[in-house]
Amino acid sequence: MQEIMGKLMYYFSFSFVRYAIIVGVIIALCASLLGVTLVLKRYSFIGDGLSHVAFGAMAVASVLKLADVSLLTLPVTVITAIFLLRVGQNTKIKGDAAIAMLSVGALAIGYLLMNVFSTSANISGDVCSTLFGSVSILTLTEFEVNLCVVLSIIMLITFVLLYNRIFAVTFDENFLRATGQSANRYNLVIAIMIAVVIVMGMNLVGSLLISALIIFPALSAMSVLQNFKAVVICSALISVFCAFTGIVISILLSTPVGSTIVACDIIVFLVFYIIGKIVRG
Amino acid sequence: MSLINVEKLSIGYEGKAVVEDISFSVEEGDSLCIVGENGAGKSTLVKTLLGLQKPISGIISFEEKGIGYLPQQTIIQKDFPASVKEVVLSGNISHLGFRPFYGPKEKKRAKENMERLGISHLERECYRNLSGGQQQRVLLARALCASDRILFLDEPVSGLDPNVTADFYELIKELNNSGITIIMVSHDLNAVLHFTKHILHIGKDEVFYGNVRDYLDSKFAKELGVSKYKEENS
Repeated sequence: MQEIMGKLMYYFSFSFVRYAIIVGVIIALCASLLGVTLVLKRYSFIGDGLSHVAFGAMAVASVLKLADVSLLTLPVTVITAIFLLRVGQNTKIKGDAAIAMLSVGALAIGYLLMNVFSTSANISGDVCSTLFGSVSILTLTEFEVNLCVVLSIIMLITFVLLYNRIFAVTFDENFLRATGQSANRYNLVIAIMIAVVIVMGMNLVGSLLISALIIFPALSAMSVLQNFKAVVICSALISVFCAFTGIVISILLSTPVGSTIVACDIIVFLVFYIIGKIVRG
Repeated sequence: MSLINVEKLSIGYEGKAVVEDISFSVEEGDSLCIVGENGAGKSTLVKTLLGLQKPISGIISFEEKGIGYLPQQTIIQKDFPASVKEVVLSGNISHLGFRPFYGPKEKKRAKENMERLGISHLERECYRNLSGGQQQRVLLARALCASDRILFLDEPVSGLDPNVTADFYELIKELNNSGITIIMVSHDLNAVLHFTKHILHIGKDEVFYGNVRDYLDSKFAKELGVSKYKEENS
């Protein structure tokens, strides 16, 4: 035990490890808060679709040799999120088809671009780290950490201030509209927040695994708890716990960061699911 | 002044009218039932009246913004983890203005409406674990939080068993007697004829609007097979 603590203390003395933990935990926190709304609104797949679009945008950005890839990925993902939530209400193109189309399309084009206009010798390594986020979280610059912290704080404040509206728009959009409120405005805010979380989360767990951070904590909390506020709070706690534990385990055992966090989320989900079954019979 | 005034309204999708020339008005304390066969355009009318979709032509004017709406159940709500209190409280959303959180006034209003509908003891229960009739009462309490002047009920008894249905109609009748204006969409004409004052019938080609007595003499009532009811009661 002492040996493990010693090893951890040694790693924590490096600033990049501390950055990774701070960023990891706050991204997980933001992702889980939105996750509750997304899962309940049957939009779980939007996170998945958006992350693939973000991957495509990232490929374009690296081909264009942009200094900071999030300059391109962030706006592209935000616009796609808005588009997807719009289309979701349009009866002509079904929401799920649109998401599937965009997500595989972006994935294919992104990989194609990375291959054709390759700038590095190790393409499969680059692709793998974009998809699974393997090492990029340990190479964050101070600017990226600050950006992440600022965006997260803005998101948290927005979420708390709009909490009652988010509940209303999640539970019953039509009722909200009938009372003379604009449901689209809140859907738009939710869409933007999802896009921001996904772009931030790509560094942590990679674009393939980000939707796990969004849905697992929410599903875990929902299988046990019976009111919305408790579900939101519990989901945030689970997510923070799993992100922290996952990062620490990945440091100790040298496993990939993203998949270790997701593995923690899955274990917690199974535990909560079983508890839920027992409690509710 | 009427609460709602509709003149020469045409409704439909993408510029194609499904029903044309609908005119009616709803006075304070009135009760109006919207009936018609499935597919005739009832739900399109509901959406248009609530502002969820644009009318093709015509005028809809409301005296006040904000209606207490009791929608049909959605799939989303079937497994939604929310307590009864949270759902009822969310009816106050339009009273928030620019404030982020509900204050004592909204909480009091939610509490009063739960008492009024006899669901106070369920306050902490989870919405998804309630019976169909209890869920409808919760949503009705929420609608009353949004507006205590005008309620809009969309097929409120579909899926409820007969006893619960009768209780629910009784409840709506009481609310109407206490001065709340009721607009209800239903395909269960025989049941609603007992308490509604006006009928709006959306037919395939024609629209009827008038009071119940005139309606029973019209050909529309015969189409839906309610003449039997009239004979029994005359």
